[in-house]
Order: sequence, then structure tokens, then C-alpha cells
Amino acid sequence: MPRFAVLVFPGSNCEGDVLYALRDVLGQEAELVWHKETSLDGFDAAFLPGGFAHGDYLRPGAIARFSPIMKSVVSMAEAGKPVIGICNGFQVLMEAGLLPGAMLRNRSLHYVCRYVNLRVETTKSPLTNTCTAGDVLQVPIGHADGNFFADDSELEELEKRGRVMFRYSTPSGELTDEANPNGSLNHIAGIMSTEGNVVGLMPHLDRCYEPALGTDHGRRLFQSLISSVS
Amino acid sequence: MRAKVFVRLKPSVHDPQGETIRGTLETMGYQGVSDVRQGKYFEMSLVASSREEAESQVREIANRVLSNPVIETFEVEILD
Repeated sequence: MPRFAVLVFPGSNCEGDVLYALRDVLGQEAELVWHKETSLDGFDAAFLPGGFAHGDYLRPGAIARFSPIMKSVVSMAEAGKPVIGICNGFQVLMEAGLLPGAMLRNRSLHYVCRYVNLRVETTKSPLTNTCTAGDVLQVPIGHADGNFFADDSELEELEKRGRVMFRYSTPSGELTDEANPNGSLNHIAGIMSTEGNVVGLMPHLDRCYEPALGTDHGRRLFQSLISSVS
Repeated sequence: MRAKVFVRLKPSVHDPQGETIRGTLETMGYQGVSDVRQGKYFEMSLVASSREEAESQVREIANRVLSNPVIETFEVEILD
């Protein structure tokens, strides 16, 4: 059975949600790993959860990327194993250079906490391999800095190589300005690395794994991941 | 030695905070302010054998940690 690592930085606050979803809901082997640890040996995939690592001081993720565990995260990414950054974890992966781009303050300047519609753009990522391109999922977001930015050449590279994983859309999959909760370029909500094994997304799949939570659409993403490492 | 580091958003990067401040200034009656860009300012004290060494070290720090090259640029000033 695959083993999942869920990293914990000082200020992470969604590690419990990810752990509960993996262990209690989906019956997987998962463990919390403190950021001062230096090894991820024996793990098949790693989650960088949401929260405010190191208080988001300087910039979200800017301090966390220098945590001791990050060297092992880089090795894991280079070895082709799945590394998944959710929300603050996505910001850490961008600061670490494992994913391109950066997050600016939301266009509204507000912390936005609500369900959004996500259009699946590719089925080549470990989170979407059991979805169909064009599927629209309802998944919640909760962030102040989720306004995705990349310069023209990076953006073109992401688009050309089909590395955009999710876009904010309407329930029917249209890309309208109102459906974009934070001003992200090209409505980007999640992306993947060149090899596809490192993925980052702002929406919290860890907050919607059973219907009582609003939807269970996050569960499909967890299940895709489990099937890709099993 | 002491150093100052100024971190700014690149001109091509939209600055919602600066824009909001500009809007507030307009509301307050400062009609002549056409643009505001928000940045960061750091003061550091460090031990270095020369001004050049200090500058090279601070530039490295500014590049690796204090700024994000994807969206920001920086300037370094060394004071004796």
C-alpha cells in the first residue's frame, strides 16, 4: 500500500484535513512529517498542506522553501513521485522553483472563502487522471494571495504544453470574469510541472471529500492520486 | 556595516494594493496622485571586510530570499 507524507510547517493548518481524508476516509497509510525532518524515505507521495507556513512572513512560502525537509521534497520531485501543494503548499512549491509563477494579492484584496467551480483542463496529472477534460468540480477556496501571475513566456509555456490543470469557471465550464475569484491570469487555479508529477492548486480538495461537507468532488482527486501511485 | 534593500514589483506586474491606496488618496482629496506602487524596505546590519563584499552578500540575499524574481526587482544600498 502506498504511503503518503503530509508535511507540517509552523503555521500549517490543513495538515489534519489532508491526513483525515487520506487515512480515515480513504483508508490509506499517511503520516505527518515535521518541516525540520530531512528524509522522506519510504514515502510514495508528499502533500504540502494549506495554512500560513512561517506566518506567511515576507511572502507566502518564502521562508518555508528553506525548511530542511524541502531538500527531500526536491529529491522526491526529481524522482518522479507525486508532490502535491494545496493553497499555501502551492505557494511554497512556486517559491521553491518546483512550479512556475507567483501569487499576487487577490484582485479584490479580500480573503476569499467560498466554493468555486473548477474546470478540469488535463487528465495527465496525478490528481485528474480519473476525470474527463471539461468536467466541472465544485471545490472550496480560502486565500488572500491566489492571484496567479507568470510572465508572458512562462504563461505561454504552461498553455502550450497543456500544464494548466484547473481553471476557475462557471458551473457550465465557461470562463467569465465573474467566475474568476481572485484575478488569476488565464483563470488558472492549478498547474503541473513539465513531468506532471509536481502539482499545485489553490482550491482545497481536503475540504470536500464527503457530501456532508458540501460536495465530495475532492474525493475524486484523492482517488486519482491513489490510483496513480498504487 | 549596514545595508538597505528596496524590493519593488516589476512594472509589468499588476499591484492591487497600490491601486487601492491610490483610490483612497483620490477619495481623500489628493487628486494629483496618478500612480502608487507598494514595495518593501529592509535594513540589515552585517559583518564584512569590505564594501564590495557586503554588497555582493546583500545582493545574493536579496535575490535568494528578500525578493521573488518572478514578480519583483530590488535595489541595494550599502552604508558604512
